[in-house]
Amino acid sequence: MMASAPPPLLEMRAVAKSFGGVHALKGVDFALQRGEIHALVGENGAGKSTLMKIIAGVHHDYEGTLALAGVPTRFRSPRDALASGIGMVHQELSIIPDLSVAENVFLGSQPVGRLGLVAWRQMAAEAKEHLAGFGLDLDPKMPAGELPIGLQQLVELARVLFSGARIVILDEPTSALSPPEIERLFAVLRQLKAQGTSFVFISHFLEDVLAIADRITVFRNGNLVATAAAAETDKKWLIERMIGAGHEELEATYSEAIVLASETESAPVLTVRGLTIPGACADLSFAVHPGEVLGIYGFMGSGQLELARALFGKLPLAAGEILIDGQPVRLRNTTDAKRAGIAYVAESRRRMLFPEQPVYRNLSIAMLEKIGKVWLRPARERQIAEGHIKTLGIRPPSVEALLRNLSGGNQQKVALGKWLTERPRLLVLAEPTRGMDVGAKDDVLKIVHDLRDQGIAILLVSTEPETVLAMANRVLVLRKGRIVQEFANQTIGKDHLLGAA
Amino acid sequence: MSQAATAGRSGAGRFLMGHLRNIAPLLTLLFLIAIFALLSPSFLTVGNVGNILRQISITAIIATGLTFVILCAEIDLSIAAIANAAGIVVAFFTLQEAYVNIANLPLPGGLAIICGLLACFALGVVNAIGVTRIGIPSFIMTLAMMQIAAGISAMLIRGQIAYNVPDLVRVLGSGSVLGMPWIVLIAILFLLVGHIVLTYTRYGRYVYMVGGNREAAELSGVNVRWVIGTALVISAVCSGVAGMLGVAYFGSAQQNEFDDYLLDGIAAVVVGGTSLFGGRGGIPNTIIGLFVLGVLNNGLDHIDIDSFLKVLIRGLILLMALIINVYAQRLRDVHPAG
Repeated sequence: MMASAPPPLLEMRAVAKSFGGVHALKGVDFALQRGEIHALVGENGAGKSTLMKIIAGVHHDYEGTLALAGVPTRFRSPRDALASGIGMVHQELSIIPDLSVAENVFLGSQPVGRLGLVAWRQMAAEAKEHLAGFGLDLDPKMPAGELPIGLQQLVELARVLFSGARIVILDEPTSALSPPEIERLFAVLRQLKAQGTSFVFISHFLEDVLAIADRITVFRNGNLVATAAAAETDKKWLIERMIGAGHEELEATYSEAIVLASETESAPVLTVRGLTIPGACADLSFAVHPGEVLGIYGFMGSGQLELARALFGKLPLAAGEILIDGQPVRLRNTTDAKRAGIAYVAESRRRMLFPEQPVYRNLSIAMLEKIGKVWLRPARERQIAEGHIKTLGIRPPSVEALLRNLSGGNQQKVALGKWLTERPRLLVLAEPTRGMDVGAKDDVLKIVHDLRDQGIAILLVSTEPETVLAMANRVLVLRKGRIVQEFANQTIGKDHLLGAA
Repeated sequence: MSQAATAGRSGAGRFLMGHLRNIAPLLTLLFLIAIFALLSPSFLTVGNVGNILRQISITAIIATGLTFVILCAEIDLSIAAIANAAGIVVAFFTLQEAYVNIANLPLPGGLAIICGLLACFALGVVNAIGVTRIGIPSFIMTLAMMQIAAGISAMLIRGQIAYNVPDLVRVLGSGSVLGMPWIVLIAILFLLVGHIVLTYTRYGRYVYMVGGNREAAELSGVNVRWVIGTALVISAVCSGVAGMLGVAYFGSAQQNEFDDYLLDGIAAVVVGGTSLFGGRGGIPNTIIGLFVLGVLNNGLDHIDIDSFLKVLIRGLILLMALIINVYAQRLRDVHPAG
């Protein structure tokens, strides 16, 4: 035989995994080369996060084999995987905000001096040097929580690399970043790649994937559909593989320029005057009318999430007033907000839902008092839930299914659905399509437009320009807590939003 | 639950693991009953079953309220001290014998009972305000309340022992009806009402949802502070009732009379399998936990072992139950389909 090429750094063969009869992965072969950025794309539930969790040692009862540099291995825990050089940076960072940058970089492996005490000076110096290797000039003693999210992510990446990872799994690394932050991340990744680190890059953002990946693997329904060199593919090709052919117009909805309406004459549902939230936003004034979606766009950390929370009584106001139907309302807590006819879907589904509870209880929680003042009426709850499952197309169509067994898109429908039994006056949506695949985004878009057409006033805050463009009738752009531009009655595209923010 | 039916042996194993929280306490109880029945002929008799029921009744009333608090993922360390304070308040407002040297204020029996109830209610409200309005962690707040209630008890009783309580309290605490002790019936009533509230009312659902994911409950417009505050008040009132009846049950009111009930109350709830992390468990679990403790305490008296060893054995059994409690939580978290 001829001399064979060296085995790939990571090779998986016929890997299959199912959860309680649902096949999440159906016999997948996957290989990662040394110094390669390999992107995984696919809709939610396509199998890419299952594969990722097997590589990272989270799932260990799977079928098939995994070999590291030709040596068969089976990780029993994430710690085990890390010991073999596989680290992971999650979408929701595990930075400890109150600890310093240096402590975060060295978390769990602080250098110790002769007496077994932490060698603070050495730690700070090494952390600074380490981060300088990324082209970052940070004060290692400042609390990590004070850094912008993009830098926190790099600090976490530094920690993973520092603990010896040669393979790093990046889960949606760009979803919370502004374009310049993405550029900086990519520069760091390219540099690390040149030094021999390999990356598995999981993302819904196909532009980002095409910009950074060497190879791209597409998953659909638990199968590996295709692997291609990034240079030889384009967005259209990927989308066709991801959702099957014939859905191109769907993606178009999210990227084309749109025509915005002008502010209507009707009496506004929500009026905000001079609203100020400490540390988040200042002196915001705007109005939302019935049957209108007002989009609020800004990069991460522009204060839009805090605005949404304050409108639901979750954050106190430093100044300003909130009027519903012209009447000033005082929102001391979320119950006040609900009574005022305000509904809120938070940016994180985990914070909105009860994973251990059946779907019907997740749907009924916001309106239990309308079903029965004192006594529960489970039959009525289930009946209402059946209705929501049907109209929103929730899968699986079972009121008893535990919420955690639903896919992200379906969980989001539940988060929306719980407000729809009693039609709210105002619906506040924070990042309603974050982390969702194209099909699920489209479902949510249709639901939002339905609600708008029923005359509900909708306030949408998002860091994703595509989402804002697809849903909104008017757009306000926030920068550092202030409204910098309003777009109404004109044609705009993504470039307008990015330019203004 | 359908997994066990569909997935055969491994499915059955997973079903057992998923329900470890409920099954383990029951197995512990059956195991203890079997052991004590084997070791002592006097254990498994009708008379002794009656003893056990009487012995767990006060704990049962306290544990009913505590179940609400623990389901909310909070804790109440002031249960025993509030029980003691309520018992002493009711004695303080009752005419005592001349040799009981306290400056008490005799009131009609009904009023004395109302004073006792108001006292525990007020202490519960202070707990609720401290935890939900000021934001003191319940562990610390109720620790302070433990001292405050003990202080109130000490101020009122001044080291004396008071024997008289209103007739109604005396009958309910130490009397019987048709051969059944009133205190057992009242414990059953409290457990039953607690179960109905937790299972069939809107408030009960809120308790479970707040314990399951506090932020999600808040973001669904549930008044989380009100739910937690109410649970603390319910716990204080249950403790107060237990304290008043306990004075009659023991035959006297004195300082530190209920100290054992702090550990017993918490142990009954947790041994029964109600999650220390909130959101899972309930009164049926608490009932099992009460019997585990009751059988253990009673059974150890029936067999011939070193009485100093008994304390250690109790401690070890409690530790085992805690390990199972935390382990059951972890199994849930690791096996998403479990």
